[in-house]
Amino acid sequence: MKKTWVTLGVALAMGATAATAEEVRVYNWSDYIDEDLLAKFEEETGIDLVYDVFDSNEVLETKMLAGGSGYDVVVPTASFMERQITAGVFQTLDKSKLPNAGNLWDVIAERTAQFDPDNAYSINYMWGTTGLGVNVGKVKEVLGEDAPIDSLSLIFDPANMEKLATCGVHILDAPDEVVPAALTYLGEDPNSHDPDVLAKVEPLMSAISPYVQKFHSSEYINALANGDICVAFGWSGDVLQARDRAAEADNGVEIAYNAPKEGALMWFDQMAIPADAPNPEGAHKFLNFMLDAQNMAAASNYVYYANGNKASQEFLEEDVIGDPAIYPTEEAMANTYVKAAYPSKVQRVVTRMWTAIKSGT
Amino acid sequence: MKRLALISVPYLWLLALFLVPFLIVLKISLSDTALSIPPYTPTLDLSEGWAGVKEWWAGLDMENFWWLTSDDLYWKAYLSSLKIAIISTILTLLVGYPIAYGMSRAPDEWRPTLMMLIILPFWTSFLIRVYSWKAILSNEGLLNQLLMNLGIIQEPLIILNTNVAVYIGIVYTYLPFMVLPIYSALERLDESLLEAAEDLGCSRFTAFWLVTFPLSKQGIIAGSFLVFIPAMGEFVIPALLGGSKTLMIGKVLWEEFFSNRDWPVASAVAVILLLLLIIPIVLFQRNEEKQREAEK
Repeated sequence: MKKTWVTLGVALAMGATAATAEEVRVYNWSDYIDEDLLAKFEEETGIDLVYDVFDSNEVLETKMLAGGSGYDVVVPTASFMERQITAGVFQTLDKSKLPNAGNLWDVIAERTAQFDPDNAYSINYMWGTTGLGVNVGKVKEVLGEDAPIDSLSLIFDPANMEKLATCGVHILDAPDEVVPAALTYLGEDPNSHDPDVLAKVEPLMSAISPYVQKFHSSEYINALANGDICVAFGWSGDVLQARDRAAEADNGVEIAYNAPKEGALMWFDQMAIPADAPNPEGAHKFLNFMLDAQNMAAASNYVYYANGNKASQEFLEEDVIGDPAIYPTEEAMANTYVKAAYPSKVQRVVTRMWTAIKSGT
Repeated sequence: MKRLALISVPYLWLLALFLVPFLIVLKISLSDTALSIPPYTPTLDLSEGWAGVKEWWAGLDMENFWWLTSDDLYWKAYLSSLKIAIISTILTLLVGYPIAYGMSRAPDEWRPTLMMLIILPFWTSFLIRVYSWKAILSNEGLLNQLLMNLGIIQEPLIILNTNVAVYIGIVYTYLPFMVLPIYSALERLDESLLEAAEDLGCSRFTAFWLVTFPLSKQGIIAGSFLVFIPAMGEFVIPALLGGSKTLMIGKVLWEEFFSNRDWPVASAVAVILLLLLIIPIVLFQRNEEKQREAEK
């Protein structure tokens, strides 16, 4: 974040003296890149990079739908992007300007094509799963040695949650991710749009919500690392960041990430160029830069998320490529599902239900 | 002519800064959602001339306002916001009045410094100040550490993520808006009135109650409105300090706008909120006018 302002400040200062300098504006998730890469891009291309961050798909989407955001590259999650493509938010990529696109990993490209046919509008940046971050010692203390730390029953069974409430549970404040998980636990289709099926989530969630300390999408990283909470339902890389922070602090907290054995939601964050980008030329240069095997490996080594770049894998550190929580085994990959965007009527039902679950109204 | 130009200035400001944005919001509240840029339909296309305007007009309806009546979430959120706004206005008054009173009684040479101290927090971003309350109120925060070290409490008080934290945040943020109008009313107070009251046998407290308090009424009313109106639509403070159970209309609006991408319903919520706020504003204005006439 600090870097953002420095970059922004530098860009403004330079803009004042040399208005002709080329500029690329990137809008990405917070804490989601090795910032040395930004300097490297500026050095290699001589283009000024303005790097801003957001922390929810909703904020990005609203900016995109309002139009005229001024950004050249944005990073929506694939399920949101699918809808934004329909709205005409993005321009198709000029593959001739992306010579590094050959580095992409077909296994991931196949899956992202479900959201973006032929991957015409986007390239994959990072992907991961949504699952269970667990403070192993504390959970075993509360639930016993055979605690179901790799099962959704850990958070959806009120009997478990009642005991876990004593050491603290956070759940993502993202109905688009938690509702499919609840449906998976119930043995339903996680992608169901049927109002009767969706309605089954409310009693399930309402039974556990009194035991949830907070519904929040980023505070759990620190809370897990400090030992303030013992379970978080969150994003794989965030939990792993918590694991590393705890290890660095050497505070006796041992964090583990498990994709739920009932099936895990797999998500993809995609880099795309808005239709009204002021500098599409520069945007392609940035995408091509990020498609470089070593650059992409540096990003993954830094944020602990897997990427969609096959060629980058030889440059990944062992604790990234060798960690099944980041790069799952083939078997685990088969046990994942992708979620399509909700149509607006269904979205309204889901949002309303989420408000009811959280506030009781 | 000169006078007309002078009078037209405030009206032009009102037109540009209030009426035009309001009409835009009203227009969106009468349209329907669409998957496009911008995410609603119909949009006014002036290039097609009169036919375009007609087509646009035909596409508007009151549907979104009917929608608001179909779900009890909205009026519950309005009522809950109203309750939070009223309670925090009263709390701000209770905290603010003694400060303003103290300032107005302070020696003349202190007053500019005291005034400065009231205004000083505005020099830091509002967001950072509210955020720092998280560090004070959290379970391992400064307040709990202090109280536990002093042996006053054994278990940490759970304040953060509750309505109590929201009240603290609102009182803290809007305190200057309460203090300044009351101070300016009290500062003008003629001291000889109090001397006269005491000469006539009033105790100090009765003199305060019968003389000072009524004369500061204008300041109290102005301060209360300055706190109540923004507190009603507050979003940032409940989002940062409140829990998921804190229901406020600002949050509902956020969800309509961002989660549902339903700009028309979000606009309808905003229009209703505005209409509800106009009632106290009109009452406020009436009171001001009455006051002015009484002074004549």
